[in-house]
Order: sequence, then structure tokens, then C-alpha cells
Amino acid sequence: MSGDWSYWLREHRGTLLAFAAFVAMFAVYAANHPAGLNANVATTAANKGVLLAIVAMAQTVVVLTSGIDLSVGMVMVLANCLASTIVVGSPAATALGVVGVLATGCLCGAVNGVIVIYGRLQPIVTTIATGSVFYGAALALRRVPGGDIDSTLADALTGQLPGGIPASLVLLAALVVTVWMPFRRSALGRAAYAVGSSEVAAYMSGVPIRRAKFAAYMLSGLLASMAGLFLTCVTYSGEASAANGGSYTLYSIAAVVLGGISLFGGSGSAIGAIFGALMFRTIGDLLFVFNVEPLWQPLFQGVVLVAAVCLGSLRLLRIRNRLDLYG
Amino acid sequence: MGDVRVPADDSRAAPADGPRRRLSRFDPAVVAAFGCVAIVLFVGSLYSTSFLSPEYLLQQLKVASFLGVIATGAMIVILLGQIDLSVPWVVAVGGMMATAATGWGSLGEALAIPVGVACGIALGLVNGLGVAFLRLPSMVVTLAVNAVAQGLMVVHTGGFSPQDASSPAMRFLATGHSVLGIPNALIVWAAIGAGAVFLLTRTTFGRTVYAIGNRERAAYLSGARTRLVVMAAFAISGALSAFGGVLLAGYASKAAQAMGDPYLLPAIAAVVLGGTSILGGRGNYLGTVAGVILITLLQSMLSVMQMEEFGRHVTYGIVIIAMLLIYGRGRRHSE
Repeated sequence: MSGDWSYWLREHRGTLLAFAAFVAMFAVYAANHPAGLNANVATTAANKGVLLAIVAMAQTVVVLTSGIDLSVGMVMVLANCLASTIVVGSPAATALGVVGVLATGCLCGAVNGVIVIYGRLQPIVTTIATGSVFYGAALALRRVPGGDIDSTLADALTGQLPGGIPASLVLLAALVVTVWMPFRRSALGRAAYAVGSSEVAAYMSGVPIRRAKFAAYMLSGLLASMAGLFLTCVTYSGEASAANGGSYTLYSIAAVVLGGISLFGGSGSAIGAIFGALMFRTIGDLLFVFNVEPLWQPLFQGVVLVAAVCLGSLRLLRIRNRLDLYG
Repeated sequence: MGDVRVPADDSRAAPADGPRRRLSRFDPAVVAAFGCVAIVLFVGSLYSTSFLSPEYLLQQLKVASFLGVIATGAMIVILLGQIDLSVPWVVAVGGMMATAATGWGSLGEALAIPVGVACGIALGLVNGLGVAFLRLPSMVVTLAVNAVAQGLMVVHTGGFSPQDASSPAMRFLATGHSVLGIPNALIVWAAIGAGAVFLLTRTTFGRTVYAIGNRERAAYLSGARTRLVVMAAFAISGALSAFGGVLLAGYASKAAQAMGDPYLLPAIAAVVLGGTSILGGRGNYLGTVAGVILITLLQSMLSVMQMEEFGRHVTYGIVIIAMLLIYGRGRRHSE
């Protein structure tokens, strides 16, 4: 029994570390916040964090297969522009609009998947190029920022539940339970991990590589479009901003790394990425709490990122054979 | 899977007739990339014959030089099988530090270009340190260094575009013309390109870069000092990115926030369109030249044709995918 326990600990070390680091940072943040940790402070922080957390989940599923999706930010921007156009009107129209936004996200992910799997192009180049296409589509929908979203839906997703619990956290938990956990436990999810560990070994063992990769890319598109929908709920408008798309893509990679997920694929969990994303957001907020000049904020974030990344090299201490350094 | 392939130069050229065979043999990807340039020009000429005028082409080559300098650095890193995502803010650091040095007086003005490039080398060395010695994935190391470079520049400039102007030498290199009206920027790119070709094909360093891109473990076991080579490659990439920033600052006569943002993806796209494998170990500088020209022509023609911005983004993406599907595909599992 103790063997199982230590194995479990080892498997989830990255997730647990990310969780611990986030809790510590958030405690410092809450303790030093001038207004204390009231429901409004928590809701604002949660909305910002959840937005990045969903994008980070989208990035995770692809990174697990040892791919990378540099178009997540652009899918999010496209979903944002689309949602600000079609998620309005009667409840039925709104519901249909939500379905349309999520379907578009799936389609974007499916396009990435088809090109990577059947076109046999490298994910990094493919998603750079498709990201440009998705951004163009977003721009076609919204040449200038604007639009609207059904306010009942927006308030429900970004507001507070009775008792002051941020609704967005419940949304995030629901996503984990209804999207991530079924995927993780399904045969396809296990195949995605297998592909990430060693594609050749997975192929030789008869793992459905193509279906696993396709599912991962499509799920990534779906999650990214959910993030876009949520962004629309927060801002009540759509904006085709290339800067937004680019920075969310980069932050999602940062969150994945902070969440203890190997960029080489095959290990880690979306839950780690969620805490990585929340941690990344808390770092920015910490500076605000300590009255650091806003000018220093990007530098501080960068230095924390470097420090977190360097922690990854601790594994070198465990290497006995020097050859193992050179993969 | 692509990483066990030996560079074409080594595998086929027999020692006796090596140099001659190298001249007569063309890399199919490079030929395809130049073919695409010809097709783009042909399609453009159907729209307007001015696309074939020497003035237009020379102007495009001048614009392409900035991307060309930056893509040269990106290519060396990609040949290693790594990637440099710190391009955007290293470009900005190069431009901003060079213009800042110009503001220090006449000595600073003389040292503007070296200062800018030196800052790029420093950031590149940090990248190299993380990748070569800490064995971290280049994607995250360079991402983090990009964030730090951005932070440093925001603190340095106060978040605004710096007021310092670029030095006369920078403007001369970026906007001046020399004999026969050839833009200086193009001459600079040609010189850097020649240097890169020499470095990659005629030196131990270049051979080691290809070897590491194929299999670093094998290169290490063959006695190559792989870690130093990786560090040097990242330093070169940083230097060239920063130098690109210096040229851009000279072109616009000042540096700006986010001036490097539009160069990261086109640089990678140009290298890959030129037939260099993103997995490393395979690639030819001539292909990168073709890729840079292709990307520049595509961007310019789409805007001259007054296609709306969204259409340009969509076309740009589709063309890259289409061209790669034609000649840049990986291999099947069964192969």
C-alpha cells in the first residue's frame, strides 16, 4: 500500500507543487490586500484567473501528446468575436449562439488536428499558420471592438453564487469534472499520454495514435472557445486583438510549465496547469498589493517565470550517467 | 523520427568530388521555395506589371533584409532542433539600447550599434545557458527571457516609446543607398548571409550545429563540445535579432515598444518554408533566403492589392500551410 502511495505522490508531484505554491502566494496576497479578502475581491481575482486557467487547460491537452498549440489565443479571440455577435437575444437564440461558439472552437481544433495528423506538418508551424487564419476570421467578424452578450448569461458566469462563492470557480470545477476527468480516464486520454511518452512505442503497441491526437487538438479548440466565451462574459464585448491572442498563447505555455507539465509530453495534468495559471495571475496581483510601481510588474513577472523554469533543471541532480543529459 | 537523418551534404557527397557535386546538386525544398517566389511574382504580374519593376523588387529586397537578418539567427537555432521565442523583445532591446546609446553624446553615437548588438548577445547567452547547461526546453527558456527583456525595457523606457533618435550610422545602414542604387540594408543582409553560409558549411561550428540537430548524444560522443556550440548558436541568434532591431530603429529613425512583435512568426515561417526541418539537422541557407523573400513579397502584394486586413491574415496562413503541405511534410510511421 505504501508503494502505491509514494507512486501516486511521484506522479502528481508537479500538480501538488503548483497547488502549494499557489496557496502560499494567494495567502500572502489575501493577507495584504487593503480591503481584505471579501467576496468582490475574490470574484475579480477568480474571473481573471479562471480565464487563463481555461486557456491553460486547452494548451495542456495538446502538450500531453508532445505537441504544442500556438493558436489557442487566436481561437479564443475568434470565439470572443463570434460570441459578441451571436450570443444575444432570446434565451433560445443565446443557447444556440453558445453552441455555435463551441462548435466553431471544435472546428478550429479539428482543422489543426487534421493538418498535423494527416498533413504530417509539425504542430508548432501548423498552429502558427492556422492561428493567422483564425485571427483573420475574428477580424472579419469585428473590424472594430464592440458587440454585446446576453447579460443574464454573463452575470451568471462572472458573478457570485449565494454565499459569495465566485461563479467562475464553479464553472472551472465543472469543466474539470465534465471535460478533463472523463478525458483523462478514457481510453483516448490514456492513448494521448502514451503518444506523448513515446509515439513510436505507442504506435508499435497498437494505440490509436491518430484518434488520440485528433481528440487532443479538438478538445484544445473546444476549451479555447470556452475561454473566448468567458472573456466575452467578462468584457461584454468582442475585440479582434492580436496582442491579446498572442499574450494568452504565451501565458498558457507559462502556466503549463508552472503547473509541472512536461513540454516533451506524456506527464502532467490539466489540474496542475490550472494552478499554474492561477499562480501566474496571483504573481501579477501581488505586486499591486505591495504597491510596487506598475512599471516593474512585467520585469518581476519575467524574473519569477525564469526562476520557476530553472526549478525544472533540478532534475539534473538526479542524473547519474552524463550521457542522459543528451537526449 | 526525422532526427536520425544525416545532413544531405555528409551522406551523399563523396570526398573526392565534394565541392563540385555540392554546387550541382539542388535541395528540392529550396527549388520549391524559389518556385513559389516565381509563382507569387507571376500571379502578382497578372494583377499589375509594376510588381515586376526593378524599383519595386529592390524596395522589397530592402524590406526583406530586416527579416532576413533576424531569420538568419532563427535558422541557426532551428538547425540545432531548438527554437528562439525571445526574438520580439531582443529585437526591441537592440533598437532601444542602440538609440539610448546615441543619446549619450558623440562616444555613445559611435558605439550605438555595438551596444545594441552586445545586449542581444548577452540575452542570447542567457538563453544558451538555460538550454545547454540547465538542459531546459528552449521554448520555455526563450519565452522567459523574452518576458525579462520586455520587463527591462518597460522599466528602461517608462512604458513609452523612447524619444532618443537613431544614430547617423544606423540610418545609413538601414536607409542609405550605395553604388548602383543598391540599398545598404540589402548589402548588410548579403554580408551576414555570406557569413552564415561560411559558418554553417565550412567550419567545425557549422558541422557541429547540424550534428547536434540530428542527435546531440551522438555529437557529444564524437567529441564535439556540444554545450559550447549550443551557447554560441543562441548568442549568434541574439546578436542577429538585436542587430535586426538596430536596423529597424535606423529605418524608422527611432525605436518603439513592440517593434519586434511582427518578426517572430514570419522569421520562423521563412526558415521553415525554406525547407529547414523544425526538428533540426537539415536545412540550407539558400532556402531561408527564398523563404524570407517569399514572406515579404506575400505581405507586400496582399497589401498593395488592397485586400482587407482580415483577408491578408487568412491568405497568409493558408498559403504557408499549402506550401508546406506540398513540400514540407514529415514521414509516415512505416517509413
